[in-house]
Order: sequence, then C-alpha cells, then structure tokens
Amino acid sequence: MDTKVSPDQVIDAQQVGRSVPRMEGAAKVTGRAEYIHNLRLPGVLHGKVFRSRIAHGRILSIDTSAARAVAGVHSVVTGEDIRRIIPEPYYGPAFHDQPILALDKVRYVGEPVAAVLAADPHVAEYAAGLITAEYEELPAVFNEVEAATSSVYVHDELKPAITFPDLKHLKGKRNTNVALDYKLRRGDVAAAFASAAHVFEHEFHTQHIMHTPFEPFVALAEPLDDSVTIHTSSQMPAYVRLEIARLLGWPENKVRARTAYLGGGFGAKVYVKIEPLVVALALLARRPVKMSLTMEEQFYVIGKHATTFRIKSAITADGRIAARKCEVFWNGGAYADIGPRVSQKSGFTSTGPYQIECAEIDSAEIYTNLPPAGAFRGFGIPQLVWAYESHTDIIARALKIDPLEFRRRNILHDGQEHPTGTVMRDAEFDEVLVRIAARMGWDQPFDRGTGTKRRGRGIAIGVKASIAPTTSFALVNVSADGSAVLFCNTIDMGQASNTANAQLVAEVLGIAAERVKVTQADTDVTPFDMGTLGSRSMFHMGHAVRLAAEHARTQLEALCAEGGITYSGEQSVAQGFRKKFGMQAGNIFGVGHYTSRYQAADPVTGMSKEVTPFWMIGGAGIELEVDTETGHVTILRMVNVVDAGRAINPRVVETQISGAALMQMGQTMTEEMIFTSAGELTNPSLAYYKIPGIHDIPASIENEAVEAETRNGPFGSKGVGESGTFGVSPAIANAIDDAVGVRLYSLPLTPESIYRAICAARGEPLED
Amino acid sequence: MSVATRTINFTLNGAPVSATIAPHHTLLEVVRDTFGLNGARESCGQGLCGCCTLMVNGQSVSGCLSLAAFADGATVTTVENLAVDGKLSPLQTAFIECGAFQCGFCTSGFLLMATELLASNPKPTEGEIRNHLSGNLCRCATYPEVMRAVQLAAERMA
Ligand code: FES
Ligand code: FES
Repeated sequence: MDTKVSPDQVIDAQQVGRSVPRMEGAAKVTGRAEYIHNLRLPGVLHGKVFRSRIAHGRILSIDTSAARAVAGVHSVVTGEDIRRIIPEPYYGPAFHDQPILALDKVRYVGEPVAAVLAADPHVAEYAAGLITAEYEELPAVFNEVEAATSSVYVHDELKPAITFPDLKHLKGKRNTNVALDYKLRRGDVAAAFASAAHVFEHEFHTQHIMHTPFEPFVALAEPLDDSVTIHTSSQMPAYVRLEIARLLGWPENKVRARTAYLGGGFGAKVYVKIEPLVVALALLARRPVKMSLTMEEQFYVIGKHATTFRIKSAITADGRIAARKCEVFWNGGAYADIGPRVSQKSGFTSTGPYQIECAEIDSAEIYTNLPPAGAFRGFGIPQLVWAYESHTDIIARALKIDPLEFRRRNILHDGQEHPTGTVMRDAEFDEVLVRIAARMGWDQPFDRGTGTKRRGRGIAIGVKASIAPTTSFALVNVSADGSAVLFCNTIDMGQASNTANAQLVAEVLGIAAERVKVTQADTDVTPFDMGTLGSRSMFHMGHAVRLAAEHARTQLEALCAEGGITYSGEQSVAQGFRKKFGMQAGNIFGVGHYTSRYQAADPVTGMSKEVTPFWMIGGAGIELEVDTETGHVTILRMVNVVDAGRAINPRVVETQISGAALMQMGQTMTEEMIFTSAGELTNPSLAYYKIPGIHDIPASIENEAVEAETRNGPFGSKGVGESGTFGVSPAIANAIDDAVGVRLYSLPLTPESIYRAICAARGEPLED
Repeated sequence: MSVATRTINFTLNGAPVSATIAPHHTLLEVVRDTFGLNGARESCGQGLCGCCTLMVNGQSVSGCLSLAAFADGATVTTVENLAVDGKLSPLQTAFIECGAFQCGFCTSGFLLMATELLASNPKPTEGEIRNHLSGNLCRCATYPEVMRAVQLAAERMA
C-alpha cells in the first residue's frame, strides 16, 4: 500500500486498465519481501530426506541406526512411524495413492523413504546420508506407451479420491497403469477418413521437464496444543488445509495454512507436496519442523508430463480439416498428483482451435516408475499445441498452401462449435493470427540467408479451456478511516495478482489502487479459494473480488446516506463512521463469491455444451537462423500475441506474455530431464538442466494482447499467465523446417537432433 | 559431527560485526542466519543462479560457495545496503518502473551485479550488460525488462 497517494486522489480516474506498479515493488528491490524461505522459528528442527535409489521394489528393511547415532540427531522417521499419527497416510487430489514416506514399496528413484530431524540442518543432511535400505527389486516401466499395456503395474489397485466423479469407476481397479482415459467421439470419423482427399498421420514426443521455481519447496509446521500451523510456499493454501485436515481426521479449523510471496510456482506448488511430511514430522516430534528442499531434490517432487501424441487428419480437396484423430499418452510418473485432470482438461482441446466436424480423442494418464508429473504452466496444452501445430504446418506445406492461409481457412470463429460441443465465445483466434502475420510482415519478401546460415520463419496458435467448475471467495474489510483491505487466497507468485486485485477493489470503491492493501493468504482469516493455477484467478477471483467490493460499496453508500453525506471515497466514509459511532470506530465487510459454470462431459461421447467459462488463446511467430554445419539455431525474432480479454494492468499482462513465451522457449531448445535405463535422473542441477539465461534471449521480442473483451469476465478480463507458452515450440520447429527443410518430431530441438536431421535429409545419416 | 568453531570479524553493510562460525558455514548462511538479512537467498546452491550474490571487498561473489571463514577482515555488503536512508538507488527505481522482476527471488542478485557494472562502466552497451549479468538466472525470464531497467538507470545516472 502506498500511503503517499492521498485518500481523495484520482477518485474519478479508472483503476482498471492502468499500469499500476506492483504494490510489493519496493519490498522486492530492497530484499525485504517476505518468503517462507526466510522463516526462522525458535526451537525449530530441520528435516532432511533419504530417498529411494531404485525405481521399483518391495522394501525389505530400512537401517536407520547409523543416522540415529549421529550427535545432534533428534529422531529418524520412516513410513511405519507415520502410521502412529496418520493410520492411512496416503494423499493426492485425484487418487489417494501417494504415501507420505514410502510404505511397502518404492515406485521411483528419488521417492522419500525416511526423514532425519536435527536442530542443525547440516547434521540432518549428514545423517540422512547414513541411512540404507534393502529392497526386493521389481521390474519397472518408464515409457508411457509401453506402460499403457505393460504387465508391470506401478500400483496394485487404483484408489481414486472422492473429489472427481469421473474417476469413481476406477475404484478398486487392478492390473492397469491407466489412471484416466478421456474419450471424445464426434461425428462419423471413419467415413470422413474414407472420403478424404488427403490423410496425414504423425507421432510427436515431448520430454520430462521440471519447473525449477527459484524458491525451492519449503514448508514449516508448528504444532500447537490441538492444532497445527503450516507456513508454506504453496499456490493452494485452502487445499493444504483441507487435505491435512482429512489426513489427520481433524476439523478444518484446527489446521491453519499461510503463505507469503512465492519465489515462483509455475504449477509446481499446487495441491500438497511436502506439507503432509512436514506436518507428520512436527506432530511426531512435538516441535516446529522446517523442510527446505534443495534445487536437486525439487526434480524428485513434481514435473511436467512427457507425452506421446499420435495425430491423424483427413483433409478435403479444398484444404479443410474434415476429421482428426488424437491419441495422447501422458507419462504421469509413479503418483497421479493432478495428472488425471491435466489429461482430461487438456484432452478436450487436443484437436486444436479448428473447425472439425468429426473428431476422436483418446487422452490417457499413465502411471510409470518415474517422478510424478502434474500441472505446469499451460496444464498440458503446450505439449498438445507442439504436436497439432507441427502437424498442421506439415499438412499446409505438403498441400502447398501458405501456413497462415491454411490456418485461417480452418480456424474457429465466435458462434461456431468446438469439437467438444461448446460454442466459441469471445475467442479472437483469427485476430491473433492476423496480428502475428502483420507484425512479421508475413506477406513481405524474407531474407532466407545463404551458404551455411539459412533463415526461416514459422507461426503457431493454441487454445486452452479453463479449469471448471471452481469457486473463489473474497472479503473486503473497510476500516473507520475509509481504508480498505482485501482478504483473498490468490497467491502472488510473481504474476502481480495482488496489484490486479487491488485495482478491482479500487475501481469499484472509486479510490486509488495504491490505497488498497491486500493480505497474504492465511486460512485462519482469508476465505476459501480453489487455488492459484491454470490462469483461473483473474477470472474467478476477479469476479469474487468485484462482488465483495460492490457489496462493501452498497453498505458504505448507505452509511454515508444515513449521516447525510455523499459517498465520494475514503474521506466521506471516515465521516460516515464518525457520525454513526461517535468516533473513528467500526468496520464494513463486503463479501463475494463466484463459481464458474460447467457441464460435465457426456460419459459416452465426451462432449459438453459448456467445457469452460472462457477460452485462452496464444500464438507465436518466429524468425530464426540455422547453422547447417552445427545444427545450432539462433532465434532472431519472437512475436507473441494473445487474447487476454481486456487487460486490467497492461504492463503486467505484457510481462506475463513475455515470461511465459521465454519459459517455453527454454523447454523447446534445451530443457530435458534425462533418465538412465534404470530410471535414474542424470541431471538434477541447473548445471546440466539448462534453463534460459540472458544470452539466450532473442534480439527482438514483441508482445501484444489483441483488442478484446471477455463479456462474462470481470471488467472484460480473463486469465493470461499461460497463453504466451502455447505457440512457441511448434513455431520454432516450423521455422526450422522453413529454413532447412527438416522436420523434428521430438522436443527439445537440440543442435544434435537438428544436425542429424539435416544429414539424414542429405542422404548421409549419422550413426547413433 | 562435532566441529571446532571460531570467531570472525568483518564489516557488514558499513558496521563492524563478529560471528561465531563453523568451518563449513557459507557466508550466505552467516549473513542470513546470524544477521537476519534475507535479501541474498540460496536457490541452486551450486554457484549457477546468482540468487545468493553478495559483495565482498567490492567484488561480487556467490554467497552459497563462499566460506564464511574467508570473510574474516573483509568488507561485505548486501542488497539491503543499496537504498540509503530509505531512498532507493536509481537502479532499484528503474527495476520497479520497468517491471524487471516477477517473483523477485533472483532480484537481489541482478541488482548487485547491475550496480557493480554501472560503477565501473557507466554507459554499458547491450552486449556488455548481457555479459555482466550472464551468471544470473531468472526463472520468471524477466531478462528483457532487466535489460531495459539497467539502460534506464544508466541514462539517468549519466
Ligand atoms: S544459490 Fe548461489 S549461485 Fe545459486
Ligand atoms: S523474478 Fe522470479 S526468478 Fe527472477
């Protein structure tokens, strides 16, 4: 909150649509911003974890004696010890499949098996290194396509949580690794293929990725007499409370989860991750326990699904997509986490943003013996867009139709029905394509380079359905001096949600956004919200905040009217309170909540009239140069265009587009978790898992949010945190094809894979 | 795991201080845990990201790799020292104006490195800015905004 802005300043100015500087800016540039990473409590014990070194095996014994003997060790805890306080210690949002510490079996290399507590974290770490375990090794399965039909089963029996009705039928199912199979059946696909002028079929792959938030997972649990407080770097405090309460069999009000600013999340910190273990350790030790994972350990907590996507299209003689078949295998790792939701929600849009009358989708979440995969900026969409927009480009080039023209000929327009059966609304696909093309000068001649330096350009566009139905609550508390505080559980992890939400409150109350304070989430005081993920918050929480502020304003106006005062912002409210209570005293609470509409998919056809309350749309245009002697790619220009509805804070929207696109660029060019044939991760370090640095940033980046309005969104807005990722990977692959005439089917697009493809195209393939 | 401790004396953000340390303690741990300065942070823990940047005798170092014992007698400054009497430095102001951070976890490191750069090279080229900041990673990928902020601050300080 900036108290330098006077209470009655800019009362009439619009707060929505203004590039208000981030409210936590000064705290972040002075090093004073609060992160849970910083938290120190007297008497705290530090927890360090001993992890499985095999991918699949029955636990025969765990020897903790050497660790216990280390001076300074408080205690060593195994899965069986946890049963003393949590008899059924399995957690997870979709399946209750993940043990707090391994029980009976281990299912991936890196799975937590035991934990050491000590006052000195170095002592705990040293002692954890002395623990040993013996296993009866079992065969393991790592590839998602193999695992779909393998006789090696990661779990003996499926245990869906009650939360998702569409998973109920999997309860008790044995002899399978398929944790969800979403199907869409629309139209006569077979007939469309039979009568097609052209049929194209390809298979694409994406790799395992880790979010690497720079504030690694950290949580501190404080046991109190009959309750527990969890300080955690989480995108979902309300869910942390709910899941911990369920595990302990306690009412929700005995569990308090609070957060501070997050040092990045990107989907890694949704649902619960290390919180169940930290809480269990604290309750067993009856002392506060803090766990701060290292960057290396993060790779064993959660990642992004590797995928195999088989896609097949039927094209008519006039270049229209008559039918499309999509078969997507999602490598979910050893525990489901939110993976089944990723494969279903993304599954909806596997066919892309095109008018397709006949469609068939099979999108399956598959258990394997690898670290779990879950939500990651885009919730599965970047993997899909990579495949369908590479495929789309191949078709256009094969039919000698300009790739832009081919897309525009098939793109969905408002009022048309998406293959799921939902009618498109406020979805500016064509405008996004038009703006990318305009910025790139698509119809202008292009310098294609000479000799060993060849240039090319490519475009791509993707679509995402929001996660629905979900609920947000918000509370606005106006004090007797007229100043307002917003209580909500939307977590500011860098996307400036606090600033945007303050702008909404300010807009409604007619005051300056800088005057509004936003609290950090604390489930003892901030009301329920499903969580900060999937770009849902601007839309859902935006509505809840707007309604709460409107509720407050109605009461404030009445208060003023009672005292014969005309409402005009903070000072009028202060007068109103003084008149009513005889002094500066009292509060007015405005409350609001919002639940998005959704119609569950038909169990047979997979169709629904309402799969999403709004559509996210993002496209990219790339110009690049390929060195044909090394396969090295230099991205010269990157154009990112999205439909973000009406921007609440234009500058923040731009940094979201840019940040998302550059993050996706890293996943396209360099990032990859590399496993041995035994499922051991070889590169859990920023040294060998290469994320973009400042030298990797293209010389020219342009970002644009098209003129648009989401008519059912708060002040016309919608979410934008992910849209910038969608088009990047295929636009780069399409540009490489344009430059050197080779097509790549697997991410990342390393110089080696490009050089191999160039050699193969010359008829001189390199040896493996 | 019992280890001998010793006392080191150094200057921290302009004030003389002393700390009791073990041989394995890093300067980052001492600055954070003994003196409660949270601006420098451990992320990669391997000298790869720059989140833990500190200035020792006027030179930027990775606090996660610097042993505290070697700071005996040194002059150490942290991001908390950039603002004077609550007044932000031109770089800090430029970072806010240009939106040169999202989550902010890496920001202290970028600010100290950029301050070091402008002290020795008040008019850096774009290439010089990139080179000097190449040891700092930002997972939110705010690099374009950081470049603009450094250029803006350089212009204003000229
Ligand atoms: S934490 Fe020191 S360089 Fe990354
Ligand atoms: S701002 Fe998040 S890591 Fe740089």
